[in-house]
Amino acid sequence: MSAPSSGGASRDGYGKGLLRIAQDPRVVVLEADLGKSTKSCHFRDEYPDRTVSLGIAEQNMMLVAAGMASSGKIPFASTFAIFTERAFEQVRNGIARPGLPVHICGSHGGIHTGTDGSSAQSIEDLAIYRTIPNMTVIHPCDDISAEELTSQLVDLNGPSYMRTARNKVPRLYEDGSKLRIGSGSVLREGGDLAIISCGVMVGVAISAAETLSSEGISCTVVDMHTIKPLDVELIAKLSDSCGAFVTAEDHSVIGGLGGALSEWLSTNTSTPLEMVGVRDRFGQSGASSELMELMGLNEVGICEAARRAISRKL
Amino acid sequence: MGDGTRVDVSELEQMARRCRVDIVKMTHSAKSGHPGGSLSAIDCMVAIYGTCLRFDTSNPDWEDRDRFIMSKGHASPAMYSILHQMGVLDEGDIMGFRTLGSVCQGHVDMNWTKGVDFSAGSLGMGLSFGLGCAIAAKMDSSDRKIWVMLGDGETQEGQIWEAAMAAKYHNATNLRAIVDRNRIQNDDFMNVQMEIGDIGEKFRSFGWTVKEVDGHDMSSLVDVVDWANSEDGGPVAIVANTIKGNGVSFMENNPSFHGKAPNDEELRIALEELS
Ligand SMILES: Cc1ncc(C[n+]2csc(CCOP(=O)(O)OP(=O)(O)O)c2C)c(N)n1
Repeated sequence: MSAPSSGGASRDGYGKGLLRIAQDPRVVVLEADLGKSTKSCHFRDEYPDRTVSLGIAEQNMMLVAAGMASSGKIPFASTFAIFTERAFEQVRNGIARPGLPVHICGSHGGIHTGTDGSSAQSIEDLAIYRTIPNMTVIHPCDDISAEELTSQLVDLNGPSYMRTARNKVPRLYEDGSKLRIGSGSVLREGGDLAIISCGVMVGVAISAAETLSSEGISCTVVDMHTIKPLDVELIAKLSDSCGAFVTAEDHSVIGGLGGALSEWLSTNTSTPLEMVGVRDRFGQSGASSELMELMGLNEVGICEAARRAISRKL
Repeated sequence: MGDGTRVDVSELEQMARRCRVDIVKMTHSAKSGHPGGSLSAIDCMVAIYGTCLRFDTSNPDWEDRDRFIMSKGHASPAMYSILHQMGVLDEGDIMGFRTLGSVCQGHVDMNWTKGVDFSAGSLGMGLSFGLGCAIAAKMDSSDRKIWVMLGDGETQEGQIWEAAMAAKYHNATNLRAIVDRNRIQNDDFMNVQMEIGDIGEKFRSFGWTVKEVDGHDMSSLVDVVDWANSEDGGPVAIVANTIKGNGVSFMENNPSFHGKAPNDEELRIALEELS
């Protein structure tokens, strides 16, 4: 097994994060024959006695994790985002309902996953897990933030779902950067519009903000790595200071980050929101970049949404 | 319990009878619930709780207790009746069954009831959960044992067999499953709905050590539970041949009392039969 790669794929950060918290003897890792892909394999190499291989049987894995959590362990169970969904009801009833600290990682989330095609491209995971009481839902944007957020999960006294991405993206954080579960990270400040993004779209949002600034539109960009609980304090502040929002995510526009924001904004403000995301359709095979173009998950998509949002300002 | 002293069989039979009274009273009072599968499982549970389960009634959260995972969580009246007879729950608790705010939820729930180790209600999950407890116990070098009560209809769920496969692979010698083989599920008899065939043989094919027993003969149950408790070549499965509704004539082998409570007159007859 190779050492964790130095690139910026959030799944690599998950793998490193597990190693960082491994000194806590309560931490155990559960795998469903995708450890090399989700990157829990590095933990397995170092700590085989605390790694439980469960075969291609995700429903069983979720409840084994629950049983271990009820016995004082802190289980980290991973597979592809899409295959966690097979065990949705197990997560809901067996983990979240009793409030057990099981940390699920779904890797290869979003259409960014690319050539594997639509069967592997989960575009609904953030939405479904967000609806479950007790769940914390996280989607980091690069390896460094994924590592940091993974390591913070040890202190979270309840269940979580973290989506990671397969492919490398430019790093947006440096080692030692401060970020906390539940607090959006403001990566760029501006007064005309706030772009709230997560995952691989955060980097795209920053590029879009640069383009918009050359048009005289100054944007705040937030890495909203924690989709639930949503940092509504920050949203409220930005609603006052910017007066318009765009959300950007590699996920359906139904129920994900955009959904979360619209729920809060529509019941608390009259601030306009435009969403960039997958418009209720399945993906297909193709290069990541091609698929992002096809779905409008790109700079152009964000800039157009920004102009629309600003034109709707009161 | 768990001090190794053997309770005598007739005492266990008396305890099971008192549990049956609790079960019919609870479901009657709630006007809902699942008496059939509670009555079929209760003798097995009394044999386990009454002879070998290490469990401190004054400290139900004791970390190193044996675990009892009630996977067929709809048979919650059986669980509550045991906890009542052991003094963990009182009469008021069990008679609040299924009412707002009651510690006795419709399906067993570890967050609501002291002495309950698993939140069930969705069939097919408990064996996996028990396996997780078993793996954790081994990691901690604890000799605690994990018992899982399964319904026979429940074994139609694929997840049961995922867990059966994984239990052998992980050498879960501390895991014991007991299947309440009453041959009835929700809608009808299993041979009408979906006959699963020889459940013991299926566990055996996954590498489990298996015995069958008459699930209403207390003395055989005590023997088989004693065997299972000390058998270390596991995982171990016991297939208990039972009668759904056992102990109440009109509920016996009657699919309609799977999820139906006795009415006033039926309660009267049931209590008479159980006296
Ligand atoms: C996953 C799931 N599907 C359906 C049900 C509804 N249900 C409750 S009890 C039951 C029948 C269970 O039969 P069995 O396991 O044989 O239990 P017993 O006869 O011992 O009561 C069904 C289908 C459920 N609780 N969980």
